[in-house]
Amino acid sequence: MTATDTPTPAPRPPKQGPIARALAYVRNLWRGLTSMRTALVLLFLLALAAIPGALLPQRSLNTQKVDEYIAARPTLGQFMDRLELFDVFGSFWFTAIYVLLFLSLIGCILPRCAEYARALRARPVAAPRNLARLPHHARAEVDDTPDAVVDRVAGELRGWKIERRDGGPRGRDDELTLSAERGYLREAGNLVFHISLVALLAAVAAGKFLGYEGQRILVADGEEFCTTSPASFDSFRAGIELDGTGLTPICIRVHDFTADYLDNGQAEMFTSNIEYQYGDDVADNIWRDAELKVNHPLRVGADRVYLQGHGYAPTFTVTWPNGESRTERIQWAPEEATTFLSSGAMRFDPPGGMFPDADERRRNQIAIEGLLAPTASFHGTLLSSAFPALLDPAVAIDIYKGDAGLDTGSPQSLFSLNTELMNQGRLVKQDRVNLYPGESTTLPDGTVVRFDGVTDFVNLQVSHDPAQQWVLVSAIAMMAGLLVSLLVRRRRVWVRVYRSGTVDDSERRTVVELGGLARTDQAGWGDEFDRLVERLLGDDAAHLRAAQEKKA
Amino acid sequence: MTLNETLAQYSDWTFEAAFGVLVLALLLVASEYATYRSNVVEQRELVGSGAATGAPPAGPGRIEQERTRTWSERLGNMGRALIYPVAALQIASIVLRGLATERFPLGNMYEFVSMACAAAIVFGLFALRKPDYRTMWVFVLVPVLLLMFVAATVLYADAAPVVPALRSFWLPIHVTIISVGSGIFLLSGAASVLFLLRIRQPKGQEKGVMGRIAERLPDAQVLDRLAYRTTIVAFPLFGVGIILGAVWAEAAWGRFWGWDPKETVSFITWVIYAAYLHARATSGWRNTRAAWINIAGFAAMIFNLFIINMVVSGLHSYAGLN
Repeated sequence: MTATDTPTPAPRPPKQGPIARALAYVRNLWRGLTSMRTALVLLFLLALAAIPGALLPQRSLNTQKVDEYIAARPTLGQFMDRLELFDVFGSFWFTAIYVLLFLSLIGCILPRCAEYARALRARPVAAPRNLARLPHHARAEVDDTPDAVVDRVAGELRGWKIERRDGGPRGRDDELTLSAERGYLREAGNLVFHISLVALLAAVAAGKFLGYEGQRILVADGEEFCTTSPASFDSFRAGIELDGTGLTPICIRVHDFTADYLDNGQAEMFTSNIEYQYGDDVADNIWRDAELKVNHPLRVGADRVYLQGHGYAPTFTVTWPNGESRTERIQWAPEEATTFLSSGAMRFDPPGGMFPDADERRRNQIAIEGLLAPTASFHGTLLSSAFPALLDPAVAIDIYKGDAGLDTGSPQSLFSLNTELMNQGRLVKQDRVNLYPGESTTLPDGTVVRFDGVTDFVNLQVSHDPAQQWVLVSAIAMMAGLLVSLLVRRRRVWVRVYRSGTVDDSERRTVVELGGLARTDQAGWGDEFDRLVERLLGDDAAHLRAAQEKKA
Repeated sequence: MTLNETLAQYSDWTFEAAFGVLVLALLLVASEYATYRSNVVEQRELVGSGAATGAPPAGPGRIEQERTRTWSERLGNMGRALIYPVAALQIASIVLRGLATERFPLGNMYEFVSMACAAAIVFGLFALRKPDYRTMWVFVLVPVLLLMFVAATVLYADAAPVVPALRSFWLPIHVTIISVGSGIFLLSGAASVLFLLRIRQPKGQEKGVMGRIAERLPDAQVLDRLAYRTTIVAFPLFGVGIILGAVWAEAAWGRFWGWDPKETVSFITWVIYAAYLHARATSGWRNTRAAWINIAGFAAMIFNLFIINMVVSGLHSYAGLN
């Protein structure tokens, strides 16, 4: 831009070879990237890029919501999906911004570290010629000799980095100057802050590489599971470096689950007593007791076990006309968060040998679908739940006979029956009943379906993040560095001492000039300089104040 | 249910009393602001500095002027004096809430906003104690009053126990730090808005309606320094609040950071304030642009409080497990 303004172009630089030009390009690119202005722009971009992550549904939080969102906008949704707007924090553009930002940060910090190391070893700068021009200035005349004054001042400036100079190019020959500087910690704090920020990112990245988390539903009457493979979980999120082997061996057996509710149905606390095995315990078969609560996970090694949810699992028994029976129990999904009205399905295969061939057997499967209320409340025959606790459970179910879809080969929902099978007439409704525990109903063919009861289930999460404590350490170092860099002020003081004027040598007095400069933007010195002057000049400060007032 | 209805009622009454006194204080401070004449101030300053030099020159015909306060100034002083009882009433209301519910009184948005307002007032009493800043009170009381009004009408929630996820010793630590930080950011945001107004209407060249408002404001540099000083208090506080929130999230939700909408907007806010601090160290960005960034930061803060809690659903919707 400035080049176009100049009427006569500067003499052309000697022509560079391609390598030199490439080097110059890289150097300029690096300088541009590491400049403060670029850092600022990247910070803005980072803030801007994170906004869709807060406003749009995200896959990492709720896949179902994302699917609904896309389904409601067939063309725009697809387009947004291609732009990775539903995976903002893993998207190519978000990654690009923070990688550039951290490159810029590292490029800015490394030279500053070197500069800081030099500044620590360097002598404080020589006093400027005219101290009166500095933002803070004081002048006094004292009776002591210049040497004595300088010694006293140097003794008073404890904690300051001091450099004494006799005479010198910038002043009179017989003068003594003292340069003092303080607040080196400010830059150190600033550097610690930025380095810790890089360390924090590295620790988070390490966690994403090596960590994993998995959820598992267990019925709270002694059901157990072990973290042998990702398949033993209901859902599993693996770190990038994880191949499914080498999960920390943990076994968990859930004994019970207790939910405390207020009268209005609001939950007070959820508690579950479990036994667990960890590490060598698995081989030695030693079970240890633990209590899981909200906000109180079980911590073993680098792993944590959380109580993340709960619900109800009904038990049904189907008795065929020949007297053979099958009992099943499975979790139903809570539909209403406040009353825990749950819905689900169940599929029963007839015992082997009852039917001559597999086709016949498939046509006689029994399926149940319906609602479960922990505290039943009927409006006519319509079941709803009045309270989330298991006070008076009841189910409202439809019973089907036919192909329940178990052998279709296509995945079936755990919580509902396949309506397609019903539409095709392969699954035929037999009955619709409301049952309390122990009650049963008899189907037209003589099969008896009994509702046996309800048990609590818990949803546990096992999380593994070996780098987590390093994230915390980095964060603490970051905040400590930030505090130091905001609280410490960098400041300089110069003292110049010389013999006054032209009076007869025996009556010559000593002039002390003090100048102060705060090197920190805006923070200023406050009244520190005044206090310093008072301390440095002691009794003479009285003269000084008088002199200052005369000036005013 | 562990709930003391009488104390809850007292808490509501003290909140209303704080609101009433605040309205009165605002009226008094605003009427001072409206009737303030800058030339009066200048005269007084001259008289003041003359008196400071010591004994008045005892010349003939020179009568030492009795230092009288104008009506305007008296109203302002009354208004500013009322801010202390406002702060006391606000704190009393919060404490009574806590006693009534037998938990730390930061379990819903009403309680959060009243804590933030109390923090803004208390920290304002500290940060605006110098005479330079006293005309600024009008612009601090207005947003505080607005927030308290919203808290008492839209956000009001009956005193009640909290859900299991909030039953943790991290609640008082994390939420107090964030709400106090928010209150201080309010001061900073107000200072930056006024700074922008002031820089457009420099001293002695005020024009139009805005000019008449700006006339009574402190110098632009004074406002800028106030904005910076309050931000460097609130920024680390907010940072610590986010980190402690992450520590709590690790215990409550199974991960320390999960890009929950609240976490995301907190991150955005923190980045904006970081940009503000960087802008102040970049030439060409120091004044107006830095002030705009600071205002953007406060806007993000407000967005995080209202839109994220009331429109977007996330883990911070004070729901928890149930």
